[in-house]
Amino acid sequence: MKWAVVVFPGSNCDDDAVAAIRRLGDDSVEKVWHLERDLSAYDAIVLPGGFSYGDYLRSGAIARFSPAMQGVQEAALQGKLVIGICNGFQVLTEAGLLPGALLRNDNLQFRCEMVRLTVRNNTSPFTAGYEVGQTLSVPIAHGEGRYFADEQTLLELERNHRIAFEYETNPNGSVRNIAGILNERGNVLGMMPHPERAVANWMGSEDGLQLFASMRRYAKEAIHVG
Amino acid sequence: MKVWDVEVKVWLKPSVFDPQGNAVEQALATLGHDGVSNVRVGKNLSLTVQAPDEAAARAKVDVMCQTVLCNLVIETYSFTIQERTAEAAV
Repeated sequence: MKWAVVVFPGSNCDDDAVAAIRRLGDDSVEKVWHLERDLSAYDAIVLPGGFSYGDYLRSGAIARFSPAMQGVQEAALQGKLVIGICNGFQVLTEAGLLPGALLRNDNLQFRCEMVRLTVRNNTSPFTAGYEVGQTLSVPIAHGEGRYFADEQTLLELERNHRIAFEYETNPNGSVRNIAGILNERGNVLGMMPHPERAVANWMGSEDGLQLFASMRRYAKEAIHVG
Repeated sequence: MKVWDVEVKVWLKPSVFDPQGNAVEQALATLGHDGVSNVRVGKNLSLTVQAPDEAAARAKVDVMCQTVLCNLVIETYSFTIQERTAEAAV
């Protein structure tokens, strides 16, 4: 299986994502500079955390126009797995691959801490290794993670089990305590918490590892969604 | 081709909570400025565009606002536009 971790100017969790994936086994993991348009060689694409383009204008607003995002769009259309973590989630909403938007935390704080997440969906390629209702310890590190969507979108997300993770205690004012959502087809996940920073005991949690392991199982079995 | 001075204003939709505006409002109240409410903090962008006429310039700015400058999920925008005259040019 081949993984790509897209690197934008200002990404800073790309190495963490690579290191987390390497823990799974001998998969090929490549960091791909954002100017690369063709991502067809990869089975899964990670948009890592960071501050792409300095978060100028809005978080993710400029990164979404990177050539690599065309490759991401195509991969998503083909049913390949795309995960956006933190800034990557912001990029995915700006690109329209996921609904809603991420706003300044309601408390105006930059929150950098371990949080508890509740798994809401375990039928996606990303969450199949968890149980519904299971709680996970995964760190967050963001100032703009307040998920917002209009009521109709929220109903649609709920009805189709597209809310993957919820915060046990809301750190940022996200509507419905939303920490991560799936696209309609289930092959694109965006989440503010950092599963790649919860993959070893010394990190305080290994709960994030299962997410990457689930993706790997899914891609290896070559099951395509949709 | 004419040159147009454009001022774009982008701010959060009324339905979206603005924590910055809220913090500023509280600070104003603390400082004794009574009767101040509905404080919203937004963005102001100034730019010049080249276009043959005002309609074309407006259309150009509209597209930029809708695709880049503003996220219509959470924000709204307005802009003013003025032809740059010879005296105004620096």
